Amino acid sequence: MTTATTTLPLPTDWRDFFALTKPRVMTLVVFTGLCGLLAAPGDIHPVLGFTAILCVALGAGGSGALNMWWEADLDKGMRRTAARPLPAGRMDPTSARDFGIALCAGSVLVMGLAIGVLAGFLLALSIVYYVVGYTIWLKPRTPQNIVIGGGAGAFPPLIGWVAVTGDITAMPLLLFAIIFIWTPPHFWSLALFVQSDYAKVGIPMLPVVSGEATTRVQILIYSALLLPLAVAPWAIGGTGAVYGVAALILSAVFLACSVPVGLRRTEPGDAMKPEKRLFKFSILYLFALFGMLVADRLATVQGWQV
Amino acid sequence: MTDPISPPSLATMSATEMEAWRARQKSRNRMMGLVMGGLAILFFAITIVKLGASTQGAV
Repeated sequence: MTTATTTLPLPTDWRDFFALTKPRVMTLVVFTGLCGLLAAPGDIHPVLGFTAILCVALGAGGSGALNMWWEADLDKGMRRTAARPLPAGRMDPTSARDFGIALCAGSVLVMGLAIGVLAGFLLALSIVYYVVGYTIWLKPRTPQNIVIGGGAGAFPPLIGWVAVTGDITAMPLLLFAIIFIWTPPHFWSLALFVQSDYAKVGIPMLPVVSGEATTRVQILIYSALLLPLAVAPWAIGGTGAVYGVAALILSAVFLACSVPVGLRRTEPGDAMKPEKRLFKFSILYLFALFGMLVADRLATVQGWQV
Repeated sequence: MTDPISPPSLATMSATEMEAWRARQKSRNRMMGLVMGGLAILFFAITIVKLGASTQGAV
């Protein structure tokens, strides 16, 4: 208990509220959402396009805040997350929870009113998926939590696309599926060379629960699945050859990077070079793939390809 | 959960503590003002765009 002689605690710094939104995750969300919006057939007024991306970013930020509010106790037990505003004691949990709810509700409301009901509904769905489905329900219960969490990161391009077209077709669903399948090899390659404290706080991560060998095989399986999926937008006629050829090359390199990761075993004193290479390339892959999606749309609009 | 905080006791603060407290409060207020101002401009712009679209037959 605090006593009457204790002075008021300092009001929480606004930078700590900002940190709750996971700004680094938000950059990827904004980028993929923007690519979905720019690659979609049709026009959207720049103000409304900006609003749509802002809402996606704020919804992701609100979800991040609610995630940190729910996991504050777990974060306290892990070195990587112990300095976050809640476990470090720089903010009270109620403020974090209310901030997260306000961002989520506000972003869904503005998206629904300014852009459309479907885009607003998808944003709400992505928030519920991440906060309830992933953070609260499945993350502490299944070693496939990364696969499920990948779904949350896969929503932004889908929402960006729907903000322009107003309907869900095969193309935005494929963009969703690409990020969904990309996430496990991206994260598990990192998990192989970075020692995390997840086991200490009881989160069942695949490398800990099922072992390294299983994780390596799963990386290979997901990477193999990613290749046809990434090329599918071209195959169904949703994009032109600019995207199709780029997707084929990028996905082939991705698969080539994951083969040594999938087939080898960690030796004592291992530098884990193949795993580090795959992780680095996976980031480049996603940015390049979605960048090429926009370039393809531009090429089509300019008449450089049919 | 945090423990309940005793009634506001600004009076018990030293001058330095009070200064830090006010500075933090001021920076929060400034940021809140910027966010509110930004939202007001955004909502105005959305309204103008929507009005323009509806007068041209599309919503």
